[in-house]
Amino acid sequence: MADIVRLENIDKFYGDKIRTQVLFDINLSFEENSFNSIIGQSGSGKSTLLNLVGTLDKPTDGRIFINDQRTDTMNGIQLAELRNRTMGFIFQFHYLLPEFTAKENVLMPSRIMNYKLTPEVDQWADELLELTGLSKVKNNMANEMSGGQQQRTAIARALVNKPSIILADEPTGNLDSDTSETIYKLLRDINKEYGTTFIIITHDQRIAEKTDRIIELKDGRVDMDVRR
Amino acid sequence: MRLALKIALRFLKSGRGQTILIVLGISIGVSVQLFIGSLIQGLQINLIDTTIGSSSQVTITSTTDDKLIDNWDRIVYEAKMFEPEVTNVSVSADGPATLDYEADTAPVLIRGFDIEESNKIYNIEEGLYEGRLPGRKDEVLIGRELALITGVSSGDRILVLNPGGGSARFDVTGLYDLQVSSINESWIITNLQTAQDFLGMGNKVSSVEMQVSEVFDADVIGNRIGYAVSDPNLKVDNWKDQNQSLLSGLNGQSVSSYMIQIFVLVAVLLGISSVLAISVVQKSKQLGILKAMGIKDKEASLIFVFQGLMLGILGAIMGIAFGFGLLYSFTKFAVNPDGTPVVPVYINYGFIALSGMFAIVSAMIASLIPARISSRLNPIEVIKNG
Ligand SMILES: Nc1ncnc2c1ncn2[C@@H]1O[C@H](COP(=O)(O)OP(=O)(O)OP(=O)(O)O)[C@@H](O)[C@H]1O
Ligand SMILES: [Mg+2]
Repeated sequence: MADIVRLENIDKFYGDKIRTQVLFDINLSFEENSFNSIIGQSGSGKSTLLNLVGTLDKPTDGRIFINDQRTDTMNGIQLAELRNRTMGFIFQFHYLLPEFTAKENVLMPSRIMNYKLTPEVDQWADELLELTGLSKVKNNMANEMSGGQQQRTAIARALVNKPSIILADEPTGNLDSDTSETIYKLLRDINKEYGTTFIIITHDQRIAEKTDRIIELKDGRVDMDVRR
Repeated sequence: MRLALKIALRFLKSGRGQTILIVLGISIGVSVQLFIGSLIQGLQINLIDTTIGSSSQVTITSTTDDKLIDNWDRIVYEAKMFEPEVTNVSVSADGPATLDYEADTAPVLIRGFDIEESNKIYNIEEGLYEGRLPGRKDEVLIGRELALITGVSSGDRILVLNPGGGSARFDVTGLYDLQVSSINESWIITNLQTAQDFLGMGNKVSSVEMQVSEVFDADVIGNRIGYAVSDPNLKVDNWKDQNQSLLSGLNGQSVSSYMIQIFVLVAVLLGISSVLAISVVQKSKQLGILKAMGIKDKEASLIFVFQGLMLGILGAIMGIAFGFGLLYSFTKFAVNPDGTPVVPVYINYGFIALSGMFAIVSAMIASLIPARISSRLNPIEVIKNG
């Protein structure tokens, strides 16, 4: 199957005066419709890698391709559009806008793409809220929900523009194991149903084992890469 | 654009306390600025009006030996060519004289007018508080102070001596009060012919007097009249040249009032700027995720420009309302014993619109700094430190 994300010879340094190398010559690609996990010790460079894929940060060296388009040389406007149309982010913290309701938060990426709300998009948002079990609280303000509900809202938000890639950085880090379980099942269902590619950072061995591919980073290098 | 507006509105709504405070701050600034500005303008207009409102603003006199103007009909005609910039034109035959009354004598100034025309300049009829205007020859009006000193009242006959040694008796038909004691004390107002005969002027007059529609353009109009009149032996004066110290006083007052107004507005600007800068920091999480989701830097900075704009508009509207309130209460509570305001407040809509606009523009300028911060914010900073 075609690669949706391709990293070629990626180096990443942090700092100006004291330069520390965090990623060392990473070569990785991710297939379309795949469900991947990244594991590794704290500080091994997982988040750094994911943020590079998500175009939130730029590599010091190397090339990154998304759908065969090189991203590390794009300008801010191009990157904003790329992120808006092809990527969904789920972080450990939900980052919902507390000034808006759950549904308004879910619709935000769509509003960014095109302020006008079509009936199709409106219905799709309702479907997503249904899928994430939030129909009852969809008109609550973002901070008037439980932690799990907030995280599920963030997941629905990541999906609203039907992105081809979802990047998740410890999406259930703050949740109890039962809730985590449900959320992973949800992500898996979305992967199956919509063919969305997932790259998920996790600490949870049990969860990693349920993914199609496990990549382990160690001190900024790929230490292990297993597919099932 | 519209998303930025929507987010800006929500940010303002969710930080309601802060929004109210800053709008209050802006509106107090605007109202103070408006109040001071209107008050100073009112003061100045009032001062100008009492000083020169009821007097000749452009005056033509003669430079011949006898200081008299011969063919004044023509001069009046030429001056009237400048209507409507020139509003009232009138002639006067003036000369010093001595009033001989029971106890003593008093120096006076005989002023012979075409009463109907001069009334438009001096408001004689309005100042007449006893008797009637002179109609026939040898009828005169005297002022309140002169009447008090000499004990003359309306209906009396007075004896007046001219510098040549001649004398005449005039009938006092009424008493006036023109609100200026030096005038009330000295002017004996009569018709043109009485004065000309008494002072031996023949058919000549001593000056052509006029008022202008724009008092501050009196010098310009005076100069133009000077070029236009056909008689070379004439001199055109205007009130501005004769009242330099008054004008520089007014100027100083204006400058200090502008300074106060500018400082008030700068304070407003700094206030908005700092509150918005704080709000960028407060909202950095939101901005970070919006950027991760693909909002463009320009749109992100627009959020703060819109906030500035809305704060400015709200503040300006409330400030103008407060300002009117202040002015209204000032005219109601700072009053003379007779109930008239100490300073008649002058409402200049152009000035009010300008200070409102200024507040809005300041608010927008103030929002540029936070807008810049927000445009530069990198989502990764927020997401890392979240
Ligand atoms: N902005 C930065 N400046 C300097 N060093 C940084 C910066 N961000 C990360 N690092 C360093 O880079 C290394 C990798 O960080 P990264 O956040 O990618 O780790 P991680 O694998 O996600 O860890 P964790 O599991 O704790 O989230 C760490 O040693 C960290 O100290
Ligand atoms: Mg991390």
